[in-house]
Amino acid sequence: MRVSLFVTCLGDTLFPDTARATVTLLERLGVEVNFPAAQTCCGQMHINTGYGHEAQSLVRHFVETFAGCEVIVAPSASCVATVRTEYPRLAAETGDPALQSAVAEIVPRTCELTELLVDRLAVTDVGAVFPHTVTYHPTCHSLRTLELGDRPLALLRAVRGLELRELPRAAECCGFGGTFAVKNADTSLAIGADKVRAILDSGAEYCVAVDSSCLMHIGGVLDRRHERPRTIHLAELLAHTGATG
Amino acid sequence: MNDPIAPPRSFPEAAHDALADDQLRRNLAHVTSTIRVKRAAAVAELPDWEALREAGRAIKTETMRHLDRHLVALERSVTAAGGVVHWARNAEEANRIVGGLIESHRTTEVVKAKSLTTEEIGLNEALAQRGIRAWETDLAQLIIQLSDDTPSHILVPAIHRNRAQIRDLFRAELPGAPADLPDDPSALAEAARLYLRELFLRARVGISGANFAVAETGTIAVVESEGNARMCTTLPEVLITVMGIEKVIPSWRDLEVYLQLLPRSSTAERMNPYTSLWTGVDPADGPREFHLVLLDHGRTTALADEVGRQALHCIRCSACLNVCPVYERTGGHAYGSTYPGPIGAIITPLLTDLHEGATLPYASSLCGACYEVCPVKIDIPRVLVHLRGRVVREGAHSEPGEQAAMGALARLFEHPRAFAAAQRIGALLTAPLRRRGRRITRLPGPLRGWTQGRDLPPPQPSFRDWWRRER
Repeated sequence: MRVSLFVTCLGDTLFPDTARATVTLLERLGVEVNFPAAQTCCGQMHINTGYGHEAQSLVRHFVETFAGCEVIVAPSASCVATVRTEYPRLAAETGDPALQSAVAEIVPRTCELTELLVDRLAVTDVGAVFPHTVTYHPTCHSLRTLELGDRPLALLRAVRGLELRELPRAAECCGFGGTFAVKNADTSLAIGADKVRAILDSGAEYCVAVDSSCLMHIGGVLDRRHERPRTIHLAELLAHTGATG
Repeated sequence: MNDPIAPPRSFPEAAHDALADDQLRRNLAHVTSTIRVKRAAAVAELPDWEALREAGRAIKTETMRHLDRHLVALERSVTAAGGVVHWARNAEEANRIVGGLIESHRTTEVVKAKSLTTEEIGLNEALAQRGIRAWETDLAQLIIQLSDDTPSHILVPAIHRNRAQIRDLFRAELPGAPADLPDDPSALAEAARLYLRELFLRARVGISGANFAVAETGTIAVVESEGNARMCTTLPEVLITVMGIEKVIPSWRDLEVYLQLLPRSSTAERMNPYTSLWTGVDPADGPREFHLVLLDHGRTTALADEVGRQALHCIRCSACLNVCPVYERTGGHAYGSTYPGPIGAIITPLLTDLHEGATLPYASSLCGACYEVCPVKIDIPRVLVHLRGRVVREGAHSEPGEQAAMGALARLFEHPRAFAAAQRIGALLTAPLRRRGRRITRLPGPLRGWTQGRDLPPPQPSFRDWWRRER
């Protein structure tokens, strides 16, 4: 299978290790990965902050960049959710039938990493080794928009050496919320503090999730408070095959 | 919405103060987490819950589409049953109608069942100005009234008070409360009951809201837990019901759907203890006179917003408040409106055409928990994002420099080479930090909110540069 990687602007700039791990993981599974170099940002931040009109050009840019790609995969539930749920609406608002059909054509070919692995490649054991205690935080977009369900946990359960710890009140938001994190910093941090407490209560060494943005927030709170648990993107965890974490 | 003259405080400012109140946060966390678990269990009992939600949504959508026809039908049915219908364009008109009716019966006190709509229009204050005392008879609403406070939750108005605080309030303010009143809930309820019973027997006019009004039959429905609304609507000689025009439902059969959806979503009960239904007046029993005040007060404005109008489907169950991570931390007062929580964050700006609550659509992480539990499937996150768009386009609220920054970022993202150059500059600037293994602990301008309690990993040499080099 040929897969085009959408690393997302955040992954490209702040979390290139996650993006590289995605390549490593997919190539290990025999997938041919390419990277359309014109890609930038899906426009999620603009759309969710009320600048949907500014994001129309980004929708256009995305569909042009990935036109003709067989399967597009992103290691980010919220960016995939943006393409899947916001793009058809934004395209309709432009009134441009060509853009609408381009979006309609690209949406079913765009998937989140665990959807690619579990649904399209039909694997749950990706040959990963990660001898650590891990707790899984289901991010809101992965849980309630993409409805990834058990997919990430199925992948985690197949990892050798990994001990999965239950996260109390797991389904609750971490408090990131995009620009909410800065516009309502006090509230965002209050929610984040409770998520961090839940992670500490789980006793896990690592908190794993499928969105770098939420992990950036959770990790930021952990770092500021000098707490021991580390955050890790699922792609990075699944890329591990050695004994060193 | 009680006082349009009060200077509006933005949600972030109000939330900042609310978050500092540890007692409030403990009360809220306790109550919301308890009711969340109960609601989930009550809902799980029904195998057709999703079908019920869909029916609840469909009936409301259809009703709103022909709201004019249903309202005229309601007026006809109520009138035929011996009631009198009044139409009020806004709060002022509604308050004047209600005040005039009370005065025409030469009384200066009324008993009230809990009603968000009369809270929204500031009825008690308007009546007080005419020398009429309105007594709240819902226990929590009474607590709010005695302490000169405002409700902070749709269903549990005094959620921000614990029983020790309530005991102290009753000792000081509740007529007839013993000086040694304990903080045991049943003792508190008994003290209130003794006092309220006297009011019910004395008052000649009762005021209520409405949960539903059936256009077909002219029947008004009020659901409650305490029985005080039953007293208010049956004991006095005159009953005045104030309802928002969106509460109309077409037919009697539609009640079947909502009377299943509402209690489970609201109090996590299979059925609420009291459901009062009345159709006009009956010479054999109940009030001699019934007045129905149909209130617009921004509802037709909200109806004109094609995406936002679904907010009018709300049946005021408060399930969205109880699952909201923001509401759980800030409480209801931070929303500065009768309607707090996720539903308040959309309904307040919609009812006021963004003149009030312009920062409320941003008071959400868009986590989607509200949509998941809404018994009539209001897509609150979708409406929030839509309203954010309206706030930006109509200039209802703006952060300094935001528009320019968003525009510049969009231009950058349109040009991959420029984006790559910006990434390189970023990585270059943060190279010293990365060499020392440090994180960004202080950001300037509007981004300072991030580093207020979080670090940030410094920008890295980008993935795209790595790909170009290595592949």
